[in-house]
Amino acid sequence: MNDLFIFFYSYREAIFIIALSVFLGIEVISNVPSVLHTPLMSGANAISGVIIIGGIILVGNTDVTRFSLELVLGILAVFFGTLNVVGGFAVTDRMLEMFKKKK
Amino acid sequence: MDQTLQTLSGVSFTTGDAILEFSYLLSAIFFVVGLKLLSHPRTARKGNFYAAAAMVLAMITTLFLHRNPAGETIGWMSMLIIIITIVMGSVVGLIISKRVKMTAMPELVSFFNATGGAASALVGLLEFGNPENESLLVTLLGLIIGSIAFSGSLIAYGKLAGKIGNINAQLMKWVNILVLAALVGATVYVLLQPMPQEYAWLVYLLFAASVIYGIMFVLPIGGADMPVVISLLNSLTGIAAAMAGFIYNNLAMILGGIFVGAAGSILTVLMTKAMNRSLLNVIIGGFGAKAGAAAGEEGGSIKEMSMSDAAVLLSYSKSVVVVPGYGLAVAQAQHTIHELEKVLQEKGVQVRYGIHPVAGRMPGHMNVLLAEADVSYEKLVEMDEINKDMPNTDVVIVVGANDVVNPAANETPGSPIYGMPVINATQAKNVIVMKRGMGKGYAGIENPLFYKDNTRMLFGNAKDTLAKLTNEINSL
Repeated sequence: MNDLFIFFYSYREAIFIIALSVFLGIEVISNVPSVLHTPLMSGANAISGVIIIGGIILVGNTDVTRFSLELVLGILAVFFGTLNVVGGFAVTDRMLEMFKKKK
Repeated sequence: MDQTLQTLSGVSFTTGDAILEFSYLLSAIFFVVGLKLLSHPRTARKGNFYAAAAMVLAMITTLFLHRNPAGETIGWMSMLIIIITIVMGSVVGLIISKRVKMTAMPELVSFFNATGGAASALVGLLEFGNPENESLLVTLLGLIIGSIAFSGSLIAYGKLAGKIGNINAQLMKWVNILVLAALVGATVYVLLQPMPQEYAWLVYLLFAASVIYGIMFVLPIGGADMPVVISLLNSLTGIAAAMAGFIYNNLAMILGGIFVGAAGSILTVLMTKAMNRSLLNVIIGGFGAKAGAAAGEEGGSIKEMSMSDAAVLLSYSKSVVVVPGYGLAVAQAQHTIHELEKVLQEKGVQVRYGIHPVAGRMPGHMNVLLAEADVSYEKLVEMDEINKDMPNTDVVIVVGANDVVNPAANETPGSPIYGMPVINATQAKNVIVMKRGMGKGYAGIENPLFYKDNTRMLFGNAKDTLAKLTNEINSL
């Protein structure tokens, strides 16, 4: 039980952010026309590539002077994260571009 | 940049730290603003751009200003490796995103989601062994959720690309529950150890088990439920990223991840509602198994129609509504339907599209496809709007759609899709159904619409049928 209290107290700011972000996420999405569901899902998917920051930090903290499994996996994490971010935003833009073409 | 600015509750911080955190604040704000703008047709593109810019900002400031626990910034060697990796990832990502066809969009979203999940899983895997990491619970959660999102998205990708069929064994349900229980058990066991870091082997096992669970979780789910699954896995990736954010106490990651997780969950719920399915049902049970029994014998007979009759009927109508479905996407007939629309328009016929929320392979996918074919945005009418006009509609053309126009959803209480909102094509004066054959829809049930007196069938590939019909109308 004490562990839980310690966990909550140490991370109280993050937990506040989480609680409020949940409401924010729900609010923002609730009134979306179904036309935009696919681009929205794709855009949200790109934002979830924010894990790339974690990848950068991970490799940044790893010793790169010697070859290790950790380094290889870390670089893979950065690569995958980049794919998610760049591919995600690019594809969302491609979808939305078509909505603009009105004659 | 790196001189100590002040010491706050025993922790000293530098100008660089302050700038880094401020850039995270900006990024977080622009993620929210971006997604908000994305939810309006007019501002959507700008919103996507904002979110992308926010991500680039956070990446750059992290690269230059992040300090490891020893207080050092990222060395030039590491920086070079990271930048090269990012450039390679960007090139690959751009090539993939430009080359893929619009009809393959859902698979692509699923694929990119898999890469995000994989990144989260790797971060969790590596950080667990880090002795300075004090948040092992969230590390494990991030690892498990990320791995499930990774393998699940890959399976969803395979299913949508037609590479993996439906495997629906009753046994799998129990295997799923067993693997899930093992996952929870192992997690608790690891965390209860006095020195959890020493259990690296068990964590690799957890990783493997999560990957297996992701596969087993998506395999039995039918193609019709794939949109829900992708949306769900999408929100899981967000949550996994947020868990990793906990490890580094990185507020941009936590906010971005949870925000997307919540948005994705709500989108998932909206989709399940549109399909009259409960999320639990999608996750645990297969659809097809029971469906066959509930389908009743329908009276009436199937009536085919000649191309010229269809052409005459359409030319002399006032109001025509096209209901496109998955078959239109498969046949790549979005351009052909637009041709037909233009020809009819020239003859003074009002043509609109009735879009069911889950038509196509993903909610809104049909809109994207039709937009690609230059169909104007105003002509795409949502289900509730178009249903009001149904009794005044002369002809409904159903192209490659089945379950979304099935009147059994309104009329037959025993039907598995009973209660699902559908486009009420039956209320129109005439219905023309274009289908490849008498195959059943995703739900695997009979569609009484095909047997109604005012329904006529045009069998064949949607694209060929539409092209012939357009020619026929032109030659009238």
